[in-house]
Amino acid sequence: MKKIQILGTGCPKCNKLAENAEAAARELAIEYQLEKVTDINEMMKFGVMVTPALAIDGQVKVTGKVADVGDIKKMLA
Amino acid sequence: MKIFGALATIFIVAYVLPLGNPKVQAAVQEAFRLLQWYARNHTLACVVPALFIAGAIVTFLSKDSVVRYLGPTANVPLAYAVASVAGCVLAVCSCSVLPMFAGIYSLGAGLGPATAFLYSGPGINVLAIFLSARVLGFEIGAGRFIGAVVFSVVIGLLMALVFRSGERAKAAAAAQMPEPEKPRRSIGKTALFLASMILFLVFSDWYNPGNVVVKTTDGRQFEAVTIHETKDAIRFQLEEDLGENRTGDKVTLRKSDLADVQERKTWVIRLHHIRWYLAGLCALAVFIMAWRWYERDEIREWMHNTWEFAKLLVPLLFGGVFVVGFVSMLLPEKQVAQYVGDNALGSNLVASVIGAFWYFATLTEIPITQALMKLGMHKGPVLALLLAGPALSLPNILVIRKVMGNAKTIVFIALVVVMSTIVGMLFGAIWG
Repeated sequence: MKKIQILGTGCPKCNKLAENAEAAARELAIEYQLEKVTDINEMMKFGVMVTPALAIDGQVKVTGKVADVGDIKKMLA
Repeated sequence: MKIFGALATIFIVAYVLPLGNPKVQAAVQEAFRLLQWYARNHTLACVVPALFIAGAIVTFLSKDSVVRYLGPTANVPLAYAVASVAGCVLAVCSCSVLPMFAGIYSLGAGLGPATAFLYSGPGINVLAIFLSARVLGFEIGAGRFIGAVVFSVVIGLLMALVFRSGERAKAAAAAQMPEPEKPRRSIGKTALFLASMILFLVFSDWYNPGNVVVKTTDGRQFEAVTIHETKDAIRFQLEEDLGENRTGDKVTLRKSDLADVQERKTWVIRLHHIRWYLAGLCALAVFIMAWRWYERDEIREWMHNTWEFAKLLVPLLFGGVFVVGFVSMLLPEKQVAQYVGDNALGSNLVASVIGAFWYFATLTEIPITQALMKLGMHKGPVLALLLAGPALSLPNILVIRKVMGNAKTIVFIALVVVMSTIVGMLFGAIWG
């Protein structure tokens, strides 16, 4: 069970990143739980300054860009 | 859901619009006229190239490099300098400004650079600056750009000074900086590439100020600036005294009374005549650089980002222009002029307070201020509105409050309002 978190204020890029993450998890056929973190103080707890960002099991993997499905698959594997 | 709301709104407006009313008819016509003016004069030479530049900035300049200068170990003077111009690098998406502000404040370089960034971030971007210069006049565009950079540093420094004792301990979580990616090419190449594109915009946008020497049929000769031309008359602004008219007065002369109108060959006008050659040269340089220095996938990403911006901004801009054209015809002229028609303290204050709380969707501040100017708003309050406007709005004040608390938020708003008012007044006194 992987916990995928998308950090961002809800702009189009964050939504795109969430989509890609879901697609990656589905392609790997793993169990996952996707959460969107939109509260700015919560984001700070991750130490993220540039959104959109992606965290897997609490570990920040991507900041400031929309990673593509292939990259996210490598991070999830 | 959002799309449904938009469609429902359009439907309801279309359903109930009283087209029989002559005032509404005039407003609809004005809305289309303004839209056409934007489409003909500002789209190809300004908006389209600016979108490509914005796309290139996002693709080829990494945000991480900015963040590194604003991190916890940042050199303070450098942090201010970077914060004040970082808005350019973030291009036009204001949604990333707030998280970065929060990050700089609680994890990075602290209150001063964070507020400097918060102020300049949304205000400085290629598209907004060029479009303001083109639509609202060169002085206002330049005033906006210089104002935004200078303000951000001053506001940041003042905030840091006011709250110097309260600087709290940095949040426990160290900012997680991604490992810097190896740059694919030297920064010089990227800079040259972006500079060529910006030069293209400067030249393609080059403005003909219309300085002319006029000879009339009764033998008089004077220097003036052409304001506009109709079928059988030309309206001039005088650059020297003519009869009882003084320099700066506007006069309309019938074409039948004019013997000759010669362009004065100032360097500005000379450049105007060859602007397309210069712009073409820049465009050629951009193509060659894109072809020689950049990988296919980078170019594809650039085009993708440009398209994303276009999807985001074009509907906002054109929709905004249309709505502004419509509404401005229904607003009584006197009411606007009554509040902000002169360069008094009150007018500038009203303009900056409204700017600070009102939410302007990206770029719509330009048609809005354009309409207000036509309704009699003075140039001073216009700049005050533009300086206070994009940086602050009610929704973003609420987020800022959550990050840095009431006292700092109130001081920040007060600084923005007071400084915009003062600078607006100075500007209005000089250029108005």
